[in-house]
Amino acid sequence: MKRIIAEEEVCMGCGLCEVYCTVQHSKSKDIVKAYNRENPRPISRVRLETNKPVSFAIQCRHCEDAPCVTACLSGAMRKDEATGLVTHDKEKCMGCWTCIMVCPYGAIKMDVSNKVVAKCDLCSELDVPACVANCPNGALVVQEVKP
Amino acid sequence: MSKYVIVGASAAGISAIEAIREVDPVGTITVISEEPCPQYSRPMISDFVSGKANLEKMKCRDDHFWEKNTVQALTGRTAVSLNLADRYVTLDGQDRINFEKLLIATGGKPFIPKIEGAEKDGVLTFTTFSDAERLAAKIEKSTKALVIGAGLIGVSAAEALVKRGLKVTMVEFKDKILSLLLDATASDIVENVIRKAGVTIITGQTVQRILGKPENDRLVGGAILTNGDQVSCDLVIIAIGVVPRMELVAGTDVKTNKGIIVDRFMRTNVPDVYASGDVAEAYDFVLNENRPLPLWPLAQLEGRVAGYNMAGKKTDYPGGTSMSALKYFGIPIVSVGLANPKDDGTYEILVKLDPEKGLYKKLVLKDNVIVGMTLVNDIERAGIIFYLMKNCVNVKKFKQELISENFGLATLPSRLRKKMNLGN
Repeated sequence: MKRIIAEEEVCMGCGLCEVYCTVQHSKSKDIVKAYNRENPRPISRVRLETNKPVSFAIQCRHCEDAPCVTACLSGAMRKDEATGLVTHDKEKCMGCWTCIMVCPYGAIKMDVSNKVVAKCDLCSELDVPACVANCPNGALVVQEVKP
Repeated sequence: MSKYVIVGASAAGISAIEAIREVDPVGTITVISEEPCPQYSRPMISDFVSGKANLEKMKCRDDHFWEKNTVQALTGRTAVSLNLADRYVTLDGQDRINFEKLLIATGGKPFIPKIEGAEKDGVLTFTTFSDAERLAAKIEKSTKALVIGAGLIGVSAAEALVKRGLKVTMVEFKDKILSLLLDATASDIVENVIRKAGVTIITGQTVQRILGKPENDRLVGGAILTNGDQVSCDLVIIAIGVVPRMELVAGTDVKTNKGIIVDRFMRTNVPDVYASGDVAEAYDFVLNENRPLPLWPLAQLEGRVAGYNMAGKKTDYPGGTSMSALKYFGIPIVSVGLANPKDDGTYEILVKLDPEKGLYKKLVLKDNVIVGMTLVNDIERAGIIFYLMKNCVNVKKFKQELISENFGLATLPSRLRKKMNLGN
């Protein structure tokens, strides 16, 4: 499976990863519409972590032994055995925030307006995840790891 | 004869089945479950009653879970006794099922104190899907409800009922609501929101007597509190807490305390007999002792650990602790470990309170290790702190960062970040 690795040394902290993640998870897939017209605005599933001079972007690590899956109260969070992805079914999600309590990376976001959580799906429909493809400095790279 | 026999098919039971099947695809599994419905999320019964979720949404596993995992499921059946010498479980109807490995995952049952009138029609508990169905069926004909107990179950019942338009009164014996999970500050924040939603909260009181209706004494009509006050209601929800369901091991050699005592592999003292979930008394990594912790995430974790060990993959239970994420009336709260530590100089408290924004963060430290976390509203980074707690990380060098607004992975020391394997 794919895994996104953050290269802390070359991250400039520009935040474009969050912008492109937001657009990719919008209805329109259009940057202007996603930011100005979609209400509620879609949530970025990648988070830029900054504590100057340190910065890097982090998203769901799709853990082998994922604490969010074991803790999930509703069965929304699953580990896909075939792909290795940790998937989140927002129809099943009850918005209880239990996964947020146990994610060691703080990589699960609250989608407050929809009362569910949101997390990285590795842009399954794209060849290269949006955050990686649009990072101007190569600070996010895709690595192939064994599922 | 079944290689694995599992009594109980809620969180612990189904998680054990999944773990067994990861290791042993062929060993026969028999599960005995009193509940005839599919695997469902018990924490979601509140959403069922409020009308937010139906049974379809509540299902926490795929349809055909039994078939997919080749499980012989005896649903709607009760395991009535256990013979450890000859290794079999007797069901209602006297059927016997022999086992090689047994998991007791019978869960908990609502604690019902002796209250005069508790047998009246309209007095309900709130833990299972059938409880929720019974309650939902009565809502149309009810206008006022009394919830006894303001813990996790009581507050979620009150929320569901208020959303359905009932006038709700909640009575709590302690001085504060959610007192096992929250300190006074956090409890007050939730209490204000619940009151604003229209719930009447009475603390320091409990119910002395449940009264009938003047026209029909068999139906609930009200209640008298310990201070003598009378509350008018046509529904009473008893939500004082749950106690481990240990009837199956009564009179056997299986050691019990408040729950069935298990080691770090979820084994009881009897070889090949395991216990998990609300019936068990497992390890608490904060208190460093065993205790019952009736929480869904822990039941799933304990069940998995039991399943692996039953199937021969030796797996250590990392331990749990009091840990809850709450969403009551829209306020996100995370509470893990100690909320109200003893004031004996052992603990250091880090606090940040911003009443304007409704923000509250409190961490309890012991020897520079976090042993308690309470977060109100700003909870997205709770898991990072949970990681520090679980791994007993010494936070001396960055403790002030922990409650800062900017707290995140980037504020952790780089050596620690490397250890967390972020891949950078």
